[in-house]
Amino acid sequence: MEGYVTRRTTGPLRSLAVLWVCLLSSPGCDVGAVHENDAVSTGFEWPSSAQLDADFHVPRPPLSDETFPCSDCHDPEIPVNRQRRELQMAHTEIQLRHAEWGRWCLDCHDAGDRDQLRLASGERVPFEESYRLCGQCHGDKLRDWRIGVHGRRTGSWSGEKSYLLCVHCHDSHDPAFKPIEPMPGPRPPRRTP
Amino acid sequence: MNEANGVSRREFLCAVAGCTAAAAGSCVDVTHTPFFRERLRELTPDELGAIVARLADSYRERYGRDFEIGTEPAQDGVEFAYALDLSRCVGCRRCVHACVEENNQSRDPEVQWIRVLQMDKHKGIDFAHATPYYDPETVPEPGHFYVPVACQQCRNPPCVKSCPTGATWQEEDGITVIDYEWCIGCRCCISACPYGARRFNWADPAVPDEELNTRTHVLGNRPRPRGVVEKCTFCIHRVRQGLYPACVEACPTGSRKFGNLLDPTSEIRYVLEHKRVFVLKAELNTLPRFYYFYGT
Repeated sequence: MEGYVTRRTTGPLRSLAVLWVCLLSSPGCDVGAVHENDAVSTGFEWPSSAQLDADFHVPRPPLSDETFPCSDCHDPEIPVNRQRRELQMAHTEIQLRHAEWGRWCLDCHDAGDRDQLRLASGERVPFEESYRLCGQCHGDKLRDWRIGVHGRRTGSWSGEKSYLLCVHCHDSHDPAFKPIEPMPGPRPPRRTP
Repeated sequence: MNEANGVSRREFLCAVAGCTAAAAGSCVDVTHTPFFRERLRELTPDELGAIVARLADSYRERYGRDFEIGTEPAQDGVEFAYALDLSRCVGCRRCVHACVEENNQSRDPEVQWIRVLQMDKHKGIDFAHATPYYDPETVPEPGHFYVPVACQQCRNPPCVKSCPTGATWQEEDGITVIDYEWCIGCRCCISACPYGARRFNWADPAVPDEELNTRTHVLGNRPRPRGVVEKCTFCIHRVRQGLYPACVEACPTGSRKFGNLLDPTSEIRYVLEHKRVFVLKAELNTLPRFYYFYGT
């Protein structure tokens, strides 16, 4: 169709390759690896993961000094209570609305080192790399975010850019984007009586 | 130009000025005055520098501020394009107001280059039933989606074709710009634009002094006089220095994407190659550089 740009080259083969790679390497679907297994050529040069990670600057995660480091309160000497329960002593403000039927604190927070997060594979990741944790389920969003299509980028279109972490816009415990107040609209044209 | 007669407009004016100056006994080069000068794109860098210096003086006199008026030309190998993710835009109008502040748009009378249209999900893209005047407590409203519309930076721009004085043209990097001194305010371009992207200054633009953005470009956000047309320039003063446009940085949902169409690793190319993309009013063959896509 004239004027339309629809160059969709993804196909079943590609989906299979993505699935296969995700299954093989669960800690964060590796963008670079997807390309190597991608039989459909798009003409698009995928930057390698390392290149991507080196290319962008992620600001500090939104952790307050009051709550971080977590180990200030979570003393490693205290035995870990893995029981799923309603929290009484602390973190009572957290309402888990994020696949809460199948998830609990320690699925993402590491019980051994409270100052880190934990991937499904058991690998510990710092809060600065929380996107790897999110990307375990939201692989498509991680891919788009790395490229710069999901989420806001600031800085230079031709040079250094800044990203935001997933958790800067999404509350990790309740990630749906909340409605916001709109800024004033244009004034309607005056009608003569 | 009047090359056919062997005398260009400038030579003619110089000659007239020379006679006048001789008659008056003083030397005045009128070809650099706002009224007699050539179009900005026809000037040599030296002439442009002189014009810009003159402009800066007049702004200092009028606003009491020092303006930085950029003259950066289009970069080689760069063609700008824009993509907006309709699946993420919530219609909060942060972009509209960031644009107004960045580009010195008149507050009263109100001039806004971006217009966010609220549309009904059941109707789809339907300009006849869209409204920019929605005003709920919070956005997005259920059952609606939002389509921000500004200049689409067409490859085949009807506005440029309709301008009788050649006051608006497409730059090498794809940005359609306006020479505010050559604009006669006939508004042919406004009626030619199928996207309603151009705005007319019906009165003297009013911007509070403390809110003036003094970082400007001669083809972009420098203060405009009354009676001329203005429009989005992709923040030409920012993008020609490598920065993102103001609306891209203001969008809280990250719906706005911008980059170089000729760079295969840019995010804009990724969007065009991997997402469902469309342009507004494709049937008009304006070939916009502004794309809308569904990021999910």
